[in-house]
Amino acid sequence: MAKTENQKAWFFVLPVLILVAFNAIIPLMTVVNYSVQETFGNNDFFWAGVVWFEEILHSSRFHDSLMRQLTFTFTILAIEIPLGVIIALAMPRKGPWVPVCLILMSLPLLIPWNVVGAMWNIFALPDIGMLGRMLNEMGFDYNFTRQVGDAWFTLILMDVWHWTSLVVLLAYAGLVSIPDAYYQAAKIDGANSLSIFRYIQLPKMKRVLTIAVLLRFMDSFNIYTEPFVLTGGGPGNSTTLLSIDLVKIALGQFDLGPAAAMSLIYFLVILLLSWVFYTLMMRNEEQ
Amino acid sequence: MARISLKDLRHSYMPDPASDDDYALKRLDVEWKDGGAYALLGPSGCGKTTLLNIISGLLTPSHGQVLFDDDDVTTLPPDQRHIAQVFQFPVIYDTMTVYDNLAFPLRNRKVPEKDVHDRVMEIAEMIELTPMLNQRASGLTADGKQKISLGRGLVRTDVNVIMFDEPLTVIDPHLKWQLRSKLKELHQRVKTTMIYVTHDQTEALTFADQVVVMNFGQVVQIGTPVELFERPQHTFVGNFIGSPGMNILSCDSDGKQASIGGQTVDLGNKVSAVPSKKLEVGVRPEFINFADKGLPVRVEAVSDAGRFKIVTTQSDGGMIKLLVDEKSDIPTDSAHLSFDQSRTYLYGDGWLLEEGA
Repeated sequence: MAKTENQKAWFFVLPVLILVAFNAIIPLMTVVNYSVQETFGNNDFFWAGVVWFEEILHSSRFHDSLMRQLTFTFTILAIEIPLGVIIALAMPRKGPWVPVCLILMSLPLLIPWNVVGAMWNIFALPDIGMLGRMLNEMGFDYNFTRQVGDAWFTLILMDVWHWTSLVVLLAYAGLVSIPDAYYQAAKIDGANSLSIFRYIQLPKMKRVLTIAVLLRFMDSFNIYTEPFVLTGGGPGNSTTLLSIDLVKIALGQFDLGPAAAMSLIYFLVILLLSWVFYTLMMRNEEQ
Repeated sequence: MARISLKDLRHSYMPDPASDDDYALKRLDVEWKDGGAYALLGPSGCGKTTLLNIISGLLTPSHGQVLFDDDDVTTLPPDQRHIAQVFQFPVIYDTMTVYDNLAFPLRNRKVPEKDVHDRVMEIAEMIELTPMLNQRASGLTADGKQKISLGRGLVRTDVNVIMFDEPLTVIDPHLKWQLRSKLKELHQRVKTTMIYVTHDQTEALTFADQVVVMNFGQVVQIGTPVELFERPQHTFVGNFIGSPGMNILSCDSDGKQASIGGQTVDLGNKVSAVPSKKLEVGVRPEFINFADKGLPVRVEAVSDAGRFKIVTTQSDGGMIKLLVDEKSDIPTDSAHLSFDQSRTYLYGDGWLLEEGA
């Protein structure tokens, strides 16, 4: 049978094409445009070539924020993924407690990001905040606005509190989709709970965990609001993550060229790392 | 290897079962002989899987005992009962190779690696998986996966019984037949007791030496396929087994003859005292013929089933189906039927009435 060709189909794609153009492609191209030009105000632009890219790649300021960003992201991944899996394994799979657990788990996800930042800011204040006061009463010299270690501790605790639930919910969805027969067969085969986890639960959770890792990686690499509200990047520059640094350059100093070049490098780093994660985790899938 | 006896077994999924209806299994006493090939046959929801899970130890019964030989195993977990089970949907360990899948139950039991290897090779040969041993199990087809499930039961030398819970559900029709004959052959080779749960009578009758028919949580009849066919203990068995099923007609009876719509027929089971129960006469379509005199009927439909024809007729007592040879002439309108007396049975409340009782 001959294939019927119908060019009308393009009209159906058009709305989405316009939408994507306006909210992604055109803004991205604007950024590309800025990244290769220099301006001295008055809306005068001059061609600058790859100068800004060279500058950013050689700037120690960028290196430092990138290192901070990587440290932050890998720390929270190393905590949230295993913790999320452990909590999901501990949650009941049947019975009246299931909805209770699910709602409790979703609560942190429902709170707006800047509210999370504000909440933790107050919660951790050493004089009046519950956490800060308590730690000090217990004899710890805790002050997240002055000490670098304390700032990082609070930042990571906040992110774990806010986002572990997402990993829990995804892992839980993977777990409940395992038919009972697998557990029964494993029991009959004499498997202990460690091998049940290793050979049944983990392989069945693999796909959702890949998604969890990717989502958490991308979100945490882009994180802005919460650390901005909590520490504002301080003390000093100690919690200035990439996005905070970027906003400082673009809007604080109004260096559009370097900021645009940095955005593109930032974007490529995320793309590259996401690809690496995905490839590594899906390595054995096709065999 | 062991004989399995179920004593006064009852099970309810409810915490406080009040009436008989609350029980998924109502009072079972069954004995499975060592080395037998059994089928557990019944419609969906009749308690087959519940019974299977009780034998395997995945479920503890509310009442009664499960004995392996003379040991009470009622409360023992599955791994201590030395049983194996093949589930409806193939269960394999995705990340392992076929070899590791087969070795898994042995390795869990700390069998020395050399013995594991010998045993796995032997079983792989038996179930024809040798060429795939180094492949990842997740890449196999459904029947291959189901063979792995079966293989994990066979590798163990201590297995008392292998249970199959509708194992051919997801297998392609043309492979079903192959796998079924393979099972039968394996049973003859390894002589392990096998219990095969199914709602498909063809599967049950071809696999098993003894068929246990269940309905509404109780065992209705245990017998060889021939017994089930020739002398159903319950109208349910008559109806469920056979295609088309047994004709069941309500009747009056004096114990020697039954009268259906004014006509009398002789009975195969003669009873001296007729109990005051709902009386029915049952006769299979295979044991009815057209005759010059007998029960008057009207022929309503004829359908060709290949080597024979199924004729649907209407009598005063209800619809009667019969099988006739494809070559024989079929009367077009009114006709008379004669029943094979020795295969015509009287049932009271569904149960076959005992002779002489």
